[in-house]
Parts: sequence; C-alpha cells; structure tokens
Amino acid sequence: MLMDMQFAVMGAGIGAGLVAIGAGIGIGQIGGSAMEAMARQPEAFGKIQTAMLVIAALVEVIALFGVVVCFLIYTAGTAAA
Amino acid sequence: MTKDGTLKICKKLIICGLICLFSMSSLQRAYASDASEGEGFNPGDMINHHIKDAHGWEITHGVVVPLPIILYSEPDGLMIFSSSNFFNNGHEEVAYKGYLLSHEHISRVDGQPVYDFSITKNVLFIFIDATIMLLVFFAIARGYKKNVGKAPKGVQSLFEPVIIYIRDEVVKPSIGDNYQKYLPYLLTLFFFIWFGNLLGLIPGAANMTGNIAITAVLALGTFFITNFSGKRAYWSHIFWTPGVPWWLRPIILPVELIGVLTKPVSLMVRLFVSITAGHIVVLSLVSLTFIFHSWMVGFGSTVIVTLITIIELLVATIQAYVFTMFTSLYIGMAVEEHH
Repeated sequence: MLMDMQFAVMGAGIGAGLVAIGAGIGIGQIGGSAMEAMARQPEAFGKIQTAMLVIAALVEVIALFGVVVCFLIYTAGTAAA
Repeated sequence: MTKDGTLKICKKLIICGLICLFSMSSLQRAYASDASEGEGFNPGDMINHHIKDAHGWEITHGVVVPLPIILYSEPDGLMIFSSSNFFNNGHEEVAYKGYLLSHEHISRVDGQPVYDFSITKNVLFIFIDATIMLLVFFAIARGYKKNVGKAPKGVQSLFEPVIIYIRDEVVKPSIGDNYQKYLPYLLTLFFFIWFGNLLGLIPGAANMTGNIAITAVLALGTFFITNFSGKRAYWSHIFWTPGVPWWLRPIILPVELIGVLTKPVSLMVRLFVSITAGHIVVLSLVSLTFIFHSWMVGFGSTVIVTLITIIELLVATIQAYVFTMFTSLYIGMAVEEHH
C-alpha cells in the first residue's frame, strides 16, 4: 500500500512536469506568433496584445488543470501514507 | 504637507500594516500546527484548509468570526445557532444539541440525516461581493443622474471605460443587434466574477469564485439563458443539422446534444480551476519556507509569491472577461437568425 502511494506521489510530480512542457509549448507558440504579427503590423499592437493575453490565459488554465490533479493525487497520497 | 495628505498616508500605512499582519499570521498558523502536532509540516492540509469552504470565517490564526448555522432535520425541525457552539474554550470539537461538526461536515450524533443550509464562509463572501456591487453601481448611477452631459467623476470615471469596453468589444460584436436585452445580465456577471476573484486575493478572505458550486450556478445561468433564448435556427442546427447528408444526421444529433451541455460545463470548470489553482500555487510556494525551515528560502518564495500574485491580478480580470465573452458568444449563437 505504501509503495502504491509512493508511486502515486511520484506520478503527480511527473505529471506536473509534463503539464509544464505542454503549457510551455502552447504559450511559446502564442507569444512567437503574436511577436511576428506585431512586427508585421505595429499599428495592430493593442488588439494583438489583448488577444494574446486571452489565449494565453486559456492555455494556462489547461496547465492549471494539471496543478489541481497533481495536488489531489498528492493529498490522497499523503493522507493514505 | 497638508493635514489631509498626512491623513491619507496614515490610512495607507494602516491598510498595509493590516495586510502584513494577516498574511504573517496565516503563516504562523501553518508553523504553529507544525510545532504542536509533533510531526512534519503537511502543506496539503494547510492548502486544503485555505481553499475549502468553512462554517466559520477564520481571518487569521485564532481569530474566527462565527457564522450562523442553519440546519433542518426531521426530529428537530429548523434550527439556527452560532457556529462557535461547536467548539469549547480549548478549540476542540464538541457536540451541540446532538449535532457534531467534523471536517466541515455537520452530522447528527444519532446518525439521522440532516440538511445543512448554513451561511458558510463562501456564502458570506457572496453577500460581501453583492454589497460591494450594490454600493459601486448605485454610486455610478447617481453619478450619471448628477453629471448629465458632463465628464464622469470619481468612481463613475473609474468604471465607465470597463463598462463601455464590455459593451462595445465583447457583447455587441458577439450578440448583434438585439444585445441590449442581455447587457445587464452580462455586466452583472462580469463584475460579480471580477470582484469575487479580487476579493479572493485578499489575505484572510474566502476562495469564493474557486468553489465549484458557485461557478456551477453561474454556468447554469448561461445554460438557461442560451437555451431559452434559442431561436429556430439554433434548434434546427441541433436537431436537423443543415448541409450534411441525411444518414449522418442521427449520428450528429447526440454530438450536438452533448455540445449543449459541454458549453456550460467548460465555463464552470475553467473558472473553478484557474482560481483554485492560483491559490494552490501561491500557498505551495509559501509552504516551501516551512518545508526547508530556512529564512533564505522564505526570502526567495516571498519574491516569487509577489510576482505570482501580480499574475493572479491579471488572471482574475482575464477569467471574468473570458466567462463573459463565452457567455455572450453562446447567446449570440442562440439568437442568430437564419442566414
């Protein structure tokens, strides 16, 4: 039982890392495309920035799903141990 | 310096001091539970205690504002009493009139079912949020009556750009001509979520918009308004999707019906997760200090927590904006005429 919980906590850590990779790729692509768009059309700076922040927030929520799931696994793991 | 200016600075200093006091003492609480229990500091319990609903408002360690407990059960009928009755002087859980509060769950000692309608911490914060909104928006309405044809003043000029932005950039483009019918609800939604998110960032306050029941009710509002204002084109799109072969329509129908439900569910989960996870991240970084027992780590985590809190201010606004934007998009899809 203890061994299972150790694996669970380890899984929470690995999961958090994977989620960070995914969110990093997502936000990186958004930021890169927004930079490109701003360089092409500096007059649309404001609009692109707003859209960029909103989309980045949407991607961030996916990362935060990971945080919540990892936190739940962690609390379940420590409660059982 | 004028007397007025000195007074203002004094007020600011007092507010800063109070904020420091509250945040410090919530850390002390974590440390105290570490020392008294004699086992390792458990960040999971500390974080859970902070993000969950409670039957008393613990502003800081040891300072608990008792809240009314409202219970209904078959033998006793309706009962209303203070939540402080559940604790004796040594802050231990005791039974009161045959009821016991354990892990924020009220049960009868004899095991019979009991219905709990208590004013909990989150309910209290809904009331505080509503009170702030009433005060702010009555002040704005008075301002518009007083300054007809003149430039806005005070709190009116603070909120006018936000209201105009929501109207012109969010609601009008997504709903279309008939937007004015839905504008009051959408503005209320935006400011309720925004103020709720900002209230949640104050040390000692409740994690109100990070409670899935509250976000579920907000999403239900979207669900009902979308479906009740659905026009012919909306329903025909669901039940008899145009532009696909006839044999594909029975397959698309369940997918479309699930789509009706997933829209509010995604709104509910998005707001809940982003606010709750923000709190979890901040509290986890604070916990690092107590895990490592070092003031150096404490210094580092203070810097990171400050930065994260600034991001959280941004997230609080963006999540309110996203919720309003998606709600108006869904309403816009529902009221769209056939084209």
